[in-house]
Amino acid sequence: MGSIQLVGVRKEFGGVKVINGVDLEIEDGSFTVFVGPSGCGKSTLLRLIAGLEDVTSGQVLIDGLDMTNVGPAKRGLAMVFQSYALYPHMSVRGNIAFALKMAKQPAALIAEKVQKAAGILNLTDYLDRKPRQLSGGQRQRVAIGRAIVREPKAFLFDEPLSNLDAALRVQMRLEIGDLHKKLKTTMVYVTHDQVEAMTMADRIVVLDKGEIAQIGSPLELYNKPNGLFVARFIGSPTMNLVGGPSAAKRGATTLGVRPEHVDLSTTAGEWPAQVTHAEHLGSETFVYAQVEGAGALTIRLSGEAGCKAGDRIFVTPREPRIHLFDDRGRAKAP
Amino acid sequence: MALKQTAGKRIGMTALAWAIGLLIFFPILWTFVTSFKSELDAFAIPPKFLFFHWTTENYFEVQSRSNYLLFAYNSIVLSVGANVVGLLIAVPAAWSMAFAPTKRTKDVLMWMLSTKMMPGVGVLVPIYLLFRDFHLLDNRLGIGFVLLMLNLPILIWMLYTYFKEIPVDILEAARMDGASLANEIIYVLTPMAVPGIASTMLLAIILSWNEAFWTLNLTTSNAAPLTAFIASYSAPEGLFWAKLSAASTLAIAPIVILGWFSQKQLVRGLTFGAVK
Repeated sequence: MGSIQLVGVRKEFGGVKVINGVDLEIEDGSFTVFVGPSGCGKSTLLRLIAGLEDVTSGQVLIDGLDMTNVGPAKRGLAMVFQSYALYPHMSVRGNIAFALKMAKQPAALIAEKVQKAAGILNLTDYLDRKPRQLSGGQRQRVAIGRAIVREPKAFLFDEPLSNLDAALRVQMRLEIGDLHKKLKTTMVYVTHDQVEAMTMADRIVVLDKGEIAQIGSPLELYNKPNGLFVARFIGSPTMNLVGGPSAAKRGATTLGVRPEHVDLSTTAGEWPAQVTHAEHLGSETFVYAQVEGAGALTIRLSGEAGCKAGDRIFVTPREPRIHLFDDRGRAKAP
Repeated sequence: MALKQTAGKRIGMTALAWAIGLLIFFPILWTFVTSFKSELDAFAIPPKFLFFHWTTENYFEVQSRSNYLLFAYNSIVLSVGANVVGLLIAVPAAWSMAFAPTKRTKDVLMWMLSTKMMPGVGVLVPIYLLFRDFHLLDNRLGIGFVLLMLNLPILIWMLYTYFKEIPVDILEAARMDGASLANEIIYVLTPMAVPGIASTMLLAIILSWNEAFWTLNLTTSNAAPLTAFIASYSAPEGLFWAKLSAASTLAIAPIVILGWFSQKQLVRGLTFGAVK
């Protein structure tokens, strides 16, 4: 079991509001990702769940029990830190066994559990090494191993892949996904990388300035952002946002359309534009164009498109894929 | 930025470094050499550097005139004792400042440092009178307390800088792993901080060993450390340079040897925070 509930959670650091009243339910066995720009409070929120920070007001419930004033050691959660936070003076074995030793488990059981965790994470050959003798990916696996042996109610990940290079990050992303399928334990994962959020999460919590901007599955957020903030944050390249007559004629202040949801023509269309850059990636082409009176547009075309800088084109947003926002940046029904 | 050095520049720099090194070392060398001279040779002009009658007579005389071992015993007890007690206070203090700071932590640190800026002589009279009234003059407990208070700001500052370098994530990981505060300190912080604690202690012991102002003013015989032993050779009978040198050599020998064997730790302690 491992459901987590936040009720009216607020956190201030010396008068500065960091978390501004968050209500959230995280279901047992789910993979929830907190995502947002830096400074949005996502790491703080995770640390409040862990008990590493005290809430200013509100409640943290784990499996229905009020844990607000319980120390991190007694909450039954495990955390994986961005910096790995391995104990540098202990071997891999010592690192993984530490929590079990603290729980005063018998030596035979500790040895068995360490072996099992090391097996799952391909660390069996490295048990006697010190953290400094390991690569970044191996260190991250040790940090995960340290978390698994405790059989926690939930895993908390605080940007665990930020220190890894791009290729390793993709690999570890898949490994963490596999681990979740295997263990079926609740995971709460913090990242600023929306690709990580989209690929790993069952449910994404988008945070903005200490408040929840939107909660939903990855595709819900992609297809139905509830405001300009989420519209801009989810999706890469970012959504095109256009004001002026095109928005006004549809009864909105801002019109949004994703780069992949427009049609291109050389003869006619809604927005006459001039291509400023074209990026040819082979599998797809990104076209950057300037629309008179509406600003810059990004257009994603699949395959090799024969566009080049200086071309005159016409861009038309696909009607069902248009997002409309009112003057306060909130989504309007089209 | 890479520093390109020509051979000539390198030779010049090496010579300069040696010259400065010798200049700094010269007083100790001269004291050591003088301790093997006769009193007559000791103040001969021009000074005799190597060509004189070498004798160990000063050392025998110094030992027969005053009990070196008692002074040495006091030096060891005072410098080690005061700093062990100091460490017991400084570790929790530095711990809380490094890992649970408040708005006032920086001010407290600065205030502690400011106590080191006050000249000792400014409070000599009140402290002397207090010591007299509490019968602490020439008392190991009394002078030990003064040495402790002198070093406490340094101990706390140094440990604070050391602890600051320990990533707080690691301690938080221990907390998440179910470690109590005591276990966190015993199994995680202390093993990681041992080099820091060792070099801090070493520096503090050396400072206490060489402390002369308070030891000379507040002790006479029973609790007097080696600083008083040296000073006793600039007695009313006049200055006996050779014997004074022999006494000085004996007084600094233990700490020089300790320092020599632990120079690696010491240099790390002195430059900690500045060089990573």
